[in-house]
Amino acid sequence: MIDQQKLYSIWVYLQAEPLFWLTLTIGSYIISDSIYRRTNLFPLLNPVAISVLLVSLILISFDIKYERYFEGAKFIHFLLGPVTVALAIPIYRKWHLIILNSKAIFISLIIGSVFAILVTYILSLQFEIQKELILSLLPRSVTAPIAMGISEIIGGIPSLTAIITIITGVIGASLGVFVFDLIKLKKMEARGFSLGLASHGIGTARAMSRDKNAGVFAAVGMGLSGLTTSILVPLFLKIVM
Amino acid sequence: MLNSIFTIFLFQLAGEFVQKFFELSIPGPVIGLILLLSVLLLKNRYNRSPSTFERELVSSCESLLNYLPLLFIPVGVGVVMHLTLLEENLISVITIIILGTLLTLAITGFIMERLLKEDNQK
Repeated sequence: MIDQQKLYSIWVYLQAEPLFWLTLTIGSYIISDSIYRRTNLFPLLNPVAISVLLVSLILISFDIKYERYFEGAKFIHFLLGPVTVALAIPIYRKWHLIILNSKAIFISLIIGSVFAILVTYILSLQFEIQKELILSLLPRSVTAPIAMGISEIIGGIPSLTAIITIITGVIGASLGVFVFDLIKLKKMEARGFSLGLASHGIGTARAMSRDKNAGVFAAVGMGLSGLTTSILVPLFLKIVM
Repeated sequence: MLNSIFTIFLFQLAGEFVQKFFELSIPGPVIGLILLLSVLLLKNRYNRSPSTFERELVSSCESLLNYLPLLFIPVGVGVVMHLTLLEENLISVITIIILGTLLTLAITGFIMERLLKEDNQK
């Protein structure tokens, strides 16, 4: 017979260990990624979204606090910094493509970044949400650390901005391809750049899984829109407020 | 492998330093990216053939980038666990995000597609 008492005490011990949550995070990613590949990269089965749902479901059903989970997951989270530096490599290898298209990149960057802020502002007014929330929404298309910084400067709530930013990334990565197909975009570079600009790292991850050039342009779009948005959002607020 | 890890960490560290020193609003790792890219491009100007070290760096970075989606899971789980922060605004916020993101993707992609030149160097 299995000693239930003993199993329970082992579980109590293991769930307090970072190793458990680290293993769970990697495991759910392996499962989600293999589903994603088996469905030929079906966009709605975005591996980030599916693994996040899997892990959250487990945390909620076992009543585990996020802080405990993060004790293990922080080792993975830490790698976000180094992997950002590593993005220099694909950009370096396709540098000739970026130089060739620098004018296209510049014009799309300015129009795209301005549009992202403007459309968020107009929609927020339509939905009549309070000012603090509008301010937290404005920088949402750029990578979380930049967005949170902007939010703080303009008087938004940084933690809310972080949540909004991640949702933006998942939406862009999982639904973007339908928009591109609808308006019949053929060039992978255009699709990638747009994904990086509008949905930062999560969009870039999706672009990289589809096509090398798309991935490079996504990384460039993400980096550049981070710079322009941090200048444009405070400027925009001076004009409208 | 260890050389590459060291190089990546070193550039991130340099990026964090520059960010703090000049009090920039750009995150340290993004500055690290720009620094590493600049060094590689400068090096390429004088010596076009990649060294063993550079080849190793390229392959390590590319294998790290393969796992990019994995790295967003911890933050993503945090979002699900803290969704209650949005309270009664949840539906409006999600709608704004969906409409705003899809429209931005369409406009940016549309303009870019028309401005891009063909790559002759492939």
